[in-house]
Parts: sequence; structure tokens; C-alpha cells
Amino acid sequence: MNEKELTLQEKRELTASEERTEAGKFFSPHTDIHETSDSVVVTMEVPGVGKSDIDIRLEKGVLTVTGTIDSKKYESLKPIYSEYNVGNFVRSFTVSTKIDSDAISAAVADGVLTVRLPKAKEALPKRIAIH
Amino acid sequence: MVLRMRDPFATLLAVQRAMDNAMRSDWFGTRTSGRGSFPPVNVFSEGDDYVIVAELPGVKKEDLDVQVKGDTVRIQGKKVVALAEDASVHRRERSEGQFDRTLSFPAQLDAAKASADYRDGVLTLRLPRAESEKPRSVAIN
Repeated sequence: MNEKELTLQEKRELTASEERTEAGKFFSPHTDIHETSDSVVVTMEVPGVGKSDIDIRLEKGVLTVTGTIDSKKYESLKPIYSEYNVGNFVRSFTVSTKIDSDAISAAVADGVLTVRLPKAKEALPKRIAIH
Repeated sequence: MVLRMRDPFATLLAVQRAMDNAMRSDWFGTRTSGRGSFPPVNVFSEGDDYVIVAELPGVKKEDLDVQVKGDTVRIQGKKVVALAEDASVHRRERSEGQFDRTLSFPAQLDAAKASADYRDGVLTLRLPRAESEKPRSVAIN
């Protein structure tokens, strides 16, 4: 076993800059951001959030992702022992103007949301030929 | 001066975890670690069944293995964070690696009737108690 052992990652509760009116806890999902030659990819962990419970909106250059948990399944259960808190997820990112905001796409699989932000044409690198 | 309180329950959870780590370390045990390791679990009961819920975002169903034996449940698997080859990383918060955890229960479990459901990165295990553990009412003559 030469692979790294996975350690516990504490969930980070949102320290809100503005107050929320919805009930329940909000967490800031663990997020990877990486850039390829044609797009910026934001990957975030939103366990328990289905495809229809994710809301992604781009407003005034701020991309906000909200994931809502379905807490119905916990209603009939009696808690015995708890190691983590369950709650909704929300996180915002400022998006540069170099992003083609009409072509943003998203996919979710196994509790991981991937948002792809394609770079605008004018931001793509150009090869200049030498005559 | 403004005092900013963290959520007291989160603090309590952290204390509980630290205590469990210190007191119930499985250092000399033959099993894999029972507490304080990945994945964190919540345990519920519903009727005579135990229900375990664990968050495993990014773990593929085929990389997950759950075994039930006697009064223990073993959850093992690996989590891979894949990146495109030409990608340059701006921010890295997600971790990857393998995990192996054994939980023991105060009752024998019925391995044949245990069921597992993995959806949206959340694993839900339903573990019925063994028939021999269930209370039986005795007829009075």
C-alpha cells in the first residue's frame, strides 16, 4: 500500500458576510480550481446534493453555487452517534471578464460538481506566424 | 471587542473526536482504525435497524467496498482527484487517497439482510440486527 491514506477533512461552516434567511447550516465546499488552455474548471465537493438541487448563477461577475440537501431522509431516523454536521453548501467566486459567460457548463457526479468556464475568444492565446 | 463564537456543536464534535482518538486508539488492535479516521460517519437507528450515513464525495461506486461480519462493518475504498494533463492548478482543497475503517456495534448484525445505497456521494448502509439479538416476548402460561 504505497498510496496516501485519506485523512479527515473538517467541514468549514460558512462565516457569512451577509445573513441568510433560510433555515439550516451552510458549509463552504472544498474546491479545486484549475486552468487548461481553453477554460477554467471549478470542482467542488457537495455530497448529498442531487442534480436538481444545485443552483448556479452568474450575477455582476460573481458566480454563486448553492447546493441544497434533502433532509427528508433523516426524519424517520433516530441519531445515535454523530461525527459530522449535515447542511447546505454555498460558495461564490469572482469571475474575470475573460470568461465567456454564455458558454458556462456544469455537471455533477458522485457528489462532485464540476463547473467549466470557457475562456472568451479574445483571451485565448494566439500563435503569430513569422514570415 | 466583538467575540466571535464558533458553532458550539462543531467544537463539541471536534473535542469528541480528539478524545476518541486519544482513548480508543487501535494502535495495538488487529483491525483497522474504528474512530477518528476517514470517512466520518453518522449512525442512526430506525426500529431494529442501524443506519450508517457517510459522505464520500468523489469516490466512485466501484472503488467502494463494504463488508459486514459479526458485529462489525468495514468501509474501504479510494478517492481519486483527477486533473487534466495540461492543467495548471490555482487552488487545491480536495484531498485524495485511500481509506479503511471498521465500525463495531453493540449487537450482532444480519449480514445477509444488510443493504447499501450510494447516491450523490453519500453512502447509506442499513444494517438489521441479527434475529438472535431481537427481543422475544415470552408467553405466560
